[in-house]
Amino acid sequence: MSGALSHLRICDFTGQLAGAGATKFLAAFGAQVIRIEDPVLEGRWDVLRGAPPFKDERRGINLGGAFNNHNVEKLGITLNLRTERGRELLRELVSISDVVTENFSAGVLERLGFGYAALRALKPDVIYVSNCGFGHSGPYRDYKTWGPIVQAVSGLTFSSALAGQPPAGWGYSYMDHTGAYYMAMAVLLALHHRSRTGEGQHVDVAATEAAAGLNGPALLDYTVNGRPLRRAGMPDSNRSQFPRMAPHGVYPAQGDDNWLAVSCRDDGDWARLGRAVGEDWAQESRFATLEGRLASEDELDALLGGWSETREMFVSARALRAKGVPASAVQRPQQRVDEDANTEAWGLWPLVTHQEMGEVRVDGLPVHLSETDWSIGRGAPTLGQDNAFVLGELLGVGESELAQLQADGVI
Amino acid sequence: MGAEAGKKTGPLAGLRVVELCDAKGAYAGKLLADAGADVIKVEPPGGDASRGYEPFLEDEPGQERSLWWWLYNTSKRGVTLDLEQAEGRALFKRLVAQADIVVESETPGRLAVWGIDYEDLCTGNTGDTSEVIWASITPFGREGPGRDEEATDLTILAGGGMVWMNGYDDHSLPPVRGGGNQGYHTGCHYAFMAMLVALVYRDVGGAGQFIDVNMHAAANVTTEAGSYDWLVKQREVHRQTGRHAAYRQTMLTQVRCADGVWMNTGIAPRRPHEFQVMYDWIAELGKLESFPEAAILLVAAEGEEVMLGRLEEDEDMQAKFAAAREAVMFIAGQLPAVEFFNEGQRRGFQMGIIYSPEEVMEDRHFQARGFPVEVTHPELGRSFRYPGAPWKLGKSPWRIRRRAPLLGEDNEEVYGELGLSAEDVAGLRSRRVI
Repeated sequence: MSGALSHLRICDFTGQLAGAGATKFLAAFGAQVIRIEDPVLEGRWDVLRGAPPFKDERRGINLGGAFNNHNVEKLGITLNLRTERGRELLRELVSISDVVTENFSAGVLERLGFGYAALRALKPDVIYVSNCGFGHSGPYRDYKTWGPIVQAVSGLTFSSALAGQPPAGWGYSYMDHTGAYYMAMAVLLALHHRSRTGEGQHVDVAATEAAAGLNGPALLDYTVNGRPLRRAGMPDSNRSQFPRMAPHGVYPAQGDDNWLAVSCRDDGDWARLGRAVGEDWAQESRFATLEGRLASEDELDALLGGWSETREMFVSARALRAKGVPASAVQRPQQRVDEDANTEAWGLWPLVTHQEMGEVRVDGLPVHLSETDWSIGRGAPTLGQDNAFVLGELLGVGESELAQLQADGVI
Repeated sequence: MGAEAGKKTGPLAGLRVVELCDAKGAYAGKLLADAGADVIKVEPPGGDASRGYEPFLEDEPGQERSLWWWLYNTSKRGVTLDLEQAEGRALFKRLVAQADIVVESETPGRLAVWGIDYEDLCTGNTGDTSEVIWASITPFGREGPGRDEEATDLTILAGGGMVWMNGYDDHSLPPVRGGGNQGYHTGCHYAFMAMLVALVYRDVGGAGQFIDVNMHAAANVTTEAGSYDWLVKQREVHRQTGRHAAYRQTMLTQVRCADGVWMNTGIAPRRPHEFQVMYDWIAELGKLESFPEAAILLVAAEGEEVMLGRLEEDEDMQAKFAAAREAVMFIAGQLPAVEFFNEGQRRGFQMGIIYSPEEVMEDRHFQARGFPVEVTHPELGRSFRYPGAPWKLGKSPWRIRRRAPLLGEDNEEVYGELGLSAEDVAGLRSRRVI
């Protein structure tokens, strides 16, 4: 397949979502991404490899549903780097790769003998992108993280909460997704730099720094105005402090655990909301201005919640949006994956074919490019699935040696 | 970033970008600008609406005082331009003709009505402009269902599945939108990544192209198990306080330390040596006699690893696992959070202090890596700290080259580069075209 990145080869040590998500994005645009996995551990460094969710009753190292989701369109090989032949094959692969990616703890690849200096000796203009929680320098360099820890230390967990409650945080690894996005950006930025100058480089991505930059205006409210977010009544993140809006929140809807999100951006939205709900309170003059609505925010939320809780959330959302007021049902997975006209029309959930799992749907991409769009059709590689192609065709290892390497536990 | 960075340019140096974005898309322009591109932010003569967004410098409203504007528009040059006037649209065409990239977040259809959309300016026999990379960032994409509907960060996150994931064990409380504008950020992340893909393609001789970015879709594919547990297993996950939404309840991981600050303690200790480390830690604190489960920790340190899969049927393992969790809670109750975090990590536990955003800027690690950066506001005679580099490119560093532009600050310079004289620019101003 020919794509925007079909001219690129990536020697890929990434795993989980924080790393694998980055090379998935690049692979979807045609980059040849070659995952290197350890045959001794059966690739278990990536804990998602054999982990739930499973599509059916079968279990095994090739059947992890999340692993498949994050590794579509990649090739996979096994290499035992404890062996000299394994290291030699890796050196050959690096020498014909444009990029080396990894999200080990800081220093691991260096200890394996493949730090940036070693990689550069093999390929002078190599681009080496590392991604870990705290980066490759600084006092916390050796601290261990995963998504929720990154979110905690960077401020994002704290700023997700209702007033008077402990942090709600993120109910998933938002920063594994987003750390992967920053890693993909780093690869692409470095590739463009190489096109301009001929130089490769090491890019040190620290997920906590990517995350800390996402705190929004609250951070400048502190550095400029000296106002911390750790203060009474804050944070209260379903409301909108920046910019101030009211009503703005998540309101109960008819049924079990159903919720309606409403953003009333300004006085015009408020007047339109009043026409949509048709209640007397919505016409009261004291609510006509933002100042008035903010002065009675709790009361206003209770009134709007009283209206919404007896109504079906999609009906309410449509009624508000028809008047131009931003509103949405808090969609559940099934609703947005199987019943959402927009995600369906977009083709957001492509079906891939996996060697053992068969056909499975995965996360697609939320962008479409007019000339070189993404394509996702091949499932994640099973362990060593592409040994013959990569080692045989790309590196020229003969068939009999391949068999011997397998017998010797090198692959 | 300091003097070292000053000598090198960012990876996108030399690229010209025209940005026509409101609050939803401005972050995409910032990502380009801080990476070195020359981003020209186009605002209506009255100023972008986000100049009216809180918070304000010293809480005093004013077009040049919005910290929202400051945050999302660093390193850009700023011009004003009235696209409602034909003369304004003609100037816009000339700006696009000089651009490598156009990024805009206009309502679908608006630019086409004016004859200044991608199709009008960059396709067909239009010479250089066929090289243009044009990204449109909209809540629901350019073509699809819902494309005409209004949206905010909250409604994008609610419809896109991110709100469903966050909240509390108590489901009488509503699910929670995470703070900081992550709906806008996520759309902008994808816009930036896609623009870079198109750029790398252009670097090897490819043509320019149009990129349709759908913020609703971006949220949808940024929910981890929220999506794939349904895609793979048709199983829905449910929100839990401070931990991953899951199809069945998992154990608490968030504890409050002696100073009232919360900690994410990660996954409770399960391996024999971890039980020993917990025991030793309590001993070092001199608190063994106040921790009744200490003996269980010692037994567990001699035994086998606790396997989560066997926990339900194995009472012995349950006792060990419970003792380890109790130990984590107990130590948290003895120590302020900063100490608990550093001591825990030093002992090999994957745990994280739950900092508020401001505390990140004061943390020794972030400071040692140069994360907070000073940005000068010469018109105020002051400088302020901003969040810094999201990645460290050794050869082509990220840098805020300048604070966000004042309204129309670069009109003379930018329109001068199009060949307009000072008198021309004055005329445009008097006709309120700029």
